[in-house]
Amino acid sequence: MALLGLLDREPSHGYDLKHDYDAYFARGRPLPFGQVYATLARLARDGKAIVGEAEPGAGPDRKRYTITETGKSEVEAWLAEPIPAEPYLQTDLFVKVVLSLMLGRRAEEYLDAQRAAHLRRMRELTELKQRDSLVDTLLADHGLFHLEADLRWIDLTEARLAALAEEVAS
Amino acid sequence: MTGANGSSLVQAGGVAIEGRNLVLSFGETPALQGADLCVKRGEIVAVMGPSGSGKSTLLYCLAGILVPDSGEVYFDGQRLDAMREAERSRLRRDRFGFVFQFGQLVPELTAEENVALPLLLRGTHREEALREARSWFEQLELEGMERHRTGEMSGGQSQRVALARGLVAHPDVLFADEPTGSLDSMNGELVMGLLTRVARQQGSTVILVTHEPRVAAYADREVIVRDGRVSSMAPVMQ
Repeated sequence: MALLGLLDREPSHGYDLKHDYDAYFARGRPLPFGQVYATLARLARDGKAIVGEAEPGAGPDRKRYTITETGKSEVEAWLAEPIPAEPYLQTDLFVKVVLSLMLGRRAEEYLDAQRAAHLRRMRELTELKQRDSLVDTLLADHGLFHLEADLRWIDLTEARLAALAEEVAS
Repeated sequence: MTGANGSSLVQAGGVAIEGRNLVLSFGETPALQGADLCVKRGEIVAVMGPSGSGKSTLLYCLAGILVPDSGEVYFDGQRLDAMREAERSRLRRDRFGFVFQFGQLVPELTAEENVALPLLLRGTHREEALREARSWFEQLELEGMERHRTGEMSGGQSQRVALARGLVAHPDVLFADEPTGSLDSMNGELVMGLLTRVARQQGSTVILVTHEPRVAAYADREVIVRDGRVSSMAPVMQ
């Protein structure tokens, strides 16, 4: 959907779309060319984009892709649709704590180690924010707020460990 | 590492400030029960912990605002806890900076006078102190508000003025107690970005009490206070 969305700005080549995707969304995981062209072919097949004639120039594919009205409607609908508010009820974090208590292990040590790992990642993301790019800041903030929510859960769980251990043991 | 002459060891190690085995009770209520914290020069350390864990009490002991019942506080080769109040007061004025949760600006003074206050108290000439204070307003993003009083500024603006007041005299150590506690996320970001940037430029050591992980993430490292003691972090932090 991100590629179709980028195409909604203006007609574009696969190479340029990949470049823009990598710049804004990839975050160290660039999109393989193969995936870009496979996605564009699928969009064309489904009537969401139109393929133009091949143009002379460098690169593996100089075809220009243009979004169709169907494609535009799909982008519009996707942008407005909320993603599921995941309850995150079965995370590893939760399972590790309950299993530790069941097995009589020290869940405090695991929680301390997890807190330290979360805080370390938060420091890395905070450093990322110093780079003056609002796009980087936006992504880092998203991670920071989620990690902070985990940390609140870790603190609360730690405060309840004795009671939890009793409940799990009974 | 503690010798008979602990202070010289502290200085030799590039340590800015250190509390050793600090104990302090308020009446029957223990606040610190053997807290240790050693902070290097130029380091930014976040002190975290649940409410009532003793993290603010630790900060005030290190800053010489409170005196521990037992234990030692070393700053720049001196036993801070053994000083008379007048000496500690002078040290706080000349070497330390402070930022609190609710700015605590002097309402009768303008924003620039508030910023200039630590310089004036150190004996800097009034015009020079005000000139220096005014030079801060651009990076505070408060240009044009130099003559405003606290009632004419938002909470975020007041807190930025309070931060400038804490840092204007290039303190050796800045003590910050929940500096973003009364601010929304955006203003909290502004204050923390400014605090860490200026402190690093100046080489000021920062001890930052906060319960917010996003604020602590601006620090070089975190320590956690639980039941009046400082917990070392898990090995993954090393």
